[in-house]
Amino acid sequence: MDTTLKVEDLHKKFGAVEVLKGVSLEARTGDVIAMIGSSGSGKSTLLRCINLLETPNSGRVYVNGELIRMKPLQDGTAKPEDIKQVERIRSKLAMVFQSFNLWTHRTILENVIEAPIHVLGLPRKEAIERAEILLAKVGIAEKRNFYPNHLSGGQQQRAAIARALAMEPSVLLFDEPTSALDPELIGEVLQVMRKLAEEGRTMLVVTHEIGFARDVASEIVFLHKGQIEEKGPPREVIGSPKSERLRQFLSATRH
Amino acid sequence: MRFVEGLVVTVEVSVAAYCISLILGLIGAGAKLSNSKVARGIADLYTTLVRALPELLLLLLIYFSGADALKFILSLISEDFEDFEINTFAAAVAALGFIGGAYMTEVMRGAILSIPNSQIEAAKACGMSRFLTLRRVILPQMLRYALPGMGNLWLSATKDSSLISVLGNTQDLLFMGYRASAVTKHYGFFYSVAAILFLAITIISMIVIKMLEARVNRGYR
Amino acid sequence: MDDSLALFIEIVPTLLAAVPVTLVLTFLSAVIGNTLALPVAVGSLSPHIYLRYPSLFYIFVMRGTPLLAQTYLIYYGLGELFPGTWVQQSFLWPYLRDGFWYAIFAFSLNTAGYTGEILRGAILAVPKGEIEAARAYGFSRFLIFWRVTLPRAIQICLPTMTGETILLLKATSLASLITVWEVMGTARQIQKVTFRVYEPLIAAGILYILMVFILTRLMMVVEQSINRHRLASV
Repeated sequence: MDTTLKVEDLHKKFGAVEVLKGVSLEARTGDVIAMIGSSGSGKSTLLRCINLLETPNSGRVYVNGELIRMKPLQDGTAKPEDIKQVERIRSKLAMVFQSFNLWTHRTILENVIEAPIHVLGLPRKEAIERAEILLAKVGIAEKRNFYPNHLSGGQQQRAAIARALAMEPSVLLFDEPTSALDPELIGEVLQVMRKLAEEGRTMLVVTHEIGFARDVASEIVFLHKGQIEEKGPPREVIGSPKSERLRQFLSATRH
Repeated sequence: MRFVEGLVVTVEVSVAAYCISLILGLIGAGAKLSNSKVARGIADLYTTLVRALPELLLLLLIYFSGADALKFILSLISEDFEDFEINTFAAAVAALGFIGGAYMTEVMRGAILSIPNSQIEAAKACGMSRFLTLRRVILPQMLRYALPGMGNLWLSATKDSSLISVLGNTQDLLFMGYRASAVTKHYGFFYSVAAILFLAITIISMIVIKMLEARVNRGYR
Repeated sequence: MDDSLALFIEIVPTLLAAVPVTLVLTFLSAVIGNTLALPVAVGSLSPHIYLRYPSLFYIFVMRGTPLLAQTYLIYYGLGELFPGTWVQQSFLWPYLRDGFWYAIFAFSLNTAGYTGEILRGAILAVPKGEIEAARAYGFSRFLIFWRVTLPRAIQICLPTMTGETILLLKATSLASLITVWEVMGTARQIQKVTFRVYEPLIAAGILYILMVFILTRLMMVVEQSINRHRLASV
């Protein structure tokens, strides 16, 4: 299956405000799609609609060719038809959050093995082996028995990435992964993400780091007020932006 | 109908005991925050002892010793007073007030400590005397932080007042329940009536407390 | 004074024998009450009205009425139901004659109400982000509650629970009023027998202080082991 992720005509309203006005997106295996745009453009909402942390009002989401079945409700919203399907699909889409969201009552190692054991049903020994490799890969193996509160922001986010990788997901979803970090810690996280991209992982990244998007992404999507204004390979979108708004956005963010 | 009388007695006891707690609480908090080691020591002993002992035990101890002490003092004054019988109501109120005072001390102490230092500094900078600062800045602001705790202590006071029924013939709400059910043998019914009336006190108290909290917090939302 | 001291020495062993009763009352009521508090707390947060309202009402009643009234209601009220019924002939009767089990019943129900409210607040205080992460990884609703919400909530409310347990220990003294021979009840009995008012009470007081002290230390150890993750941050 070549298309790992497909989003068709997604609409999302929060009360009276329409945040997504018909967004369509496609990600093939190995694609690294960076989503940029100003606050309120709907990029985080789009990401969260994919793993159904938010439920879209209408539209279709396909993961690995499988459609997430939705049931429309009377008030115009919708809800998933089968929560078990949603949970299963979520286990294939690992998310990395802006505020890390590590489980603070468990050690780093326990954080990374928690989902594989309880959602995937992996035996404990295997989960720990997998976790050790991943923690070494993101460079915090020595922190395995520490609690999240004892780590710096950058270390916590790298741990969160390891936790995501432990699920062996089809797509990695990043929701502004560096926005909550001190400037000097951003680099270490971006480095890990770059390594993942080079390995050929399919990634969807919502970010403000235009430089990273330009260097690492295979496609950049510019969202404005709930719609995709422009999309294409980085040298086109960043190098020669077609829309006026995108030009303004880029000069304002000064990559 | 006797129950309503009991309700009134319960409320009276609670109010009286609560007032005593307020006074003791202020004194206690003041003592705990003062510079005098002796004052702090006594206050600490007071709060630690009262909070480590069951209310029932304290009630009995204070009731008996209070009655005896008062009798003793009065007998020193004049021999006529040797047969003086302590009014149960007064003794119970004193005991409950004494107990509540220890908890109130902690509430007020915590509240005073929560007042941002800047407020007190501003008062000093204007040249307010210590007493004036206390009256115009500390007490009003402390009220805002202390109100939730004070509200809880009021609710406790109304419930702890039911303990005095143990002293016998106290005419309070629970005692009424006891008498009525003992006479008619309809225990379930009459104790339930007493419970419902206690709930009524609680509901009304909670409404009043909510209103007070809203009032005290205006200017902060 | 000499006389008093001698009496003291006589009283203490008798009272000490009653300490296990107090401790068992506390322990059983705590275990049963806190376990019951879980469905009460969860129910009070349920989106279904027929679960939420009864739970909230239960908490309200338990916290809004005096424990003594609840105890009397259960002891005398239930006791009123039994004479003349089949229960008197059943194997349960020995249990139901003794005030002990009524006391535990009353204290457990009361604890369930208070702890239910505390747990409810703690569950609401669990950081939303951590719950969202579990959702995002495909945890089922039950798993999220069991692996994330509940452990975090217990951590959050542990200091308050220490205080509540101490209060429960002190509340067991009310059992003395329904013929249970725990420390307070035994002290009152000694008062009646020896005609001495103060010594039994003071001796009992000392024992309570000791029990509270030991229990506090115990709870601190429990708190520390559960809260390792909070010690020192970067």
